[in-house]
Amino acid sequence: MLDGMSLGNSCTKPARLARLCLWPLLLAGILLLAACQRDAAMPWRLTDIGGHMPDLDFSLTDDHGKPVTGADYRGKVVLLYFGYTHCPDVCPLTLAQLHVVMQRLGPLADGARILFVSVDPARDTPQVMHAYVNAFDPRAVGLSGTPRAVEALSKRYRSAFTREPDKGDGQYEVSHSSAIYLFDRTGKARLLATPATSQDDLVHDLHLLLDPGIQP
Amino acid sequence: MKPRLPTLSALLAGLLLAGGLHATEAARVHASQAWIRVLPGDLPAGGYVTLANGGDEPATLNGAASTTYAEVMLHRSSRETGMSRMTMVDTLAIPAHGSVTLAPGGYHLMLMHATHPVKAGDTVKIELRFADGSALPVDFLARPANTLAPGDAGGMHHGH
Repeated sequence: MLDGMSLGNSCTKPARLARLCLWPLLLAGILLLAACQRDAAMPWRLTDIGGHMPDLDFSLTDDHGKPVTGADYRGKVVLLYFGYTHCPDVCPLTLAQLHVVMQRLGPLADGARILFVSVDPARDTPQVMHAYVNAFDPRAVGLSGTPRAVEALSKRYRSAFTREPDKGDGQYEVSHSSAIYLFDRTGKARLLATPATSQDDLVHDLHLLLDPGIQP
Repeated sequence: MKPRLPTLSALLAGLLLAGGLHATEAARVHASQAWIRVLPGDLPAGGYVTLANGGDEPATLNGAASTTYAEVMLHRSSRETGMSRMTMVDTLAIPAHGSVTLAPGGYHLMLMHATHPVKAGDTVKIELRFADGSALPVDFLARPANTLAPGDAGGMHHGH
């Protein structure tokens, strides 16, 4: 009994020590795991849509007239926005805001592309789109396509657009979703912004998506 | 106005002036920070301005015209349930001793079919018309497409 007790005692001490030493290790391990688990540890300011929207995929024509797919933008952080060139107010405002955001990102912005998708295929040719997007930012790409291809992309992201009735002179407006979708370099849908989102929040989250030192 | 009745006109003007500091709606409205966002080609452009009414009576903007654009319309952008829309606006009231701002994302002038190409740096005259028939000519400064606010010189020209 006594021997057993002493034996037991001498055994408990190092075991307790080991347990005490293991706790911080375990904690560190848990924290590391949490840090690796994306989103949980990412201090996003925009709406997190990770896992709720499909990967970037489309089949459209860029503003140089070249057929492009979502895969062509892998390796770039993508800001996807639907609009049209005959939109004199909200679309230019949104693109001007995105331009300022890109400028604030400095050289990091080269790792991002603004994809401006036209919801007005009848009027927005690649040529019109080229002049339009370049008036805003050199990293903006104007995408156009068949009504079917544009609708497919719009539906994929639960976006919507409606061509309003002709005003009689061949002019018409197109009402459209105002969301800006952010994709990471692997083409995964990550965040959602609106034209009301502050530039600071966009810059903050784009930094996280773009900085090669951070693995979101 | 008939040139034969200068005295009567002066008398009328005098009577109207007696009723308030400014006779017409246009006369009591002061326009500032007027600018146009220039877009490539012949795409419709947005016109923005702050209108301050220094009078005791409201003023009602009900139209605009310019020799530089075939068509000038008062519009309003709105965002409801995530959809961006544009609607035509017939009138816009500027309250007495108050002001109204036509700014990106809200009220704006939609300028269509430029009679000659307008480029950044140009000044474009637009006549704002009021409900009492008076008109206020305003000089709008044409700014680059990627301009955010009146104080912004346009993104392309200043690097951060």
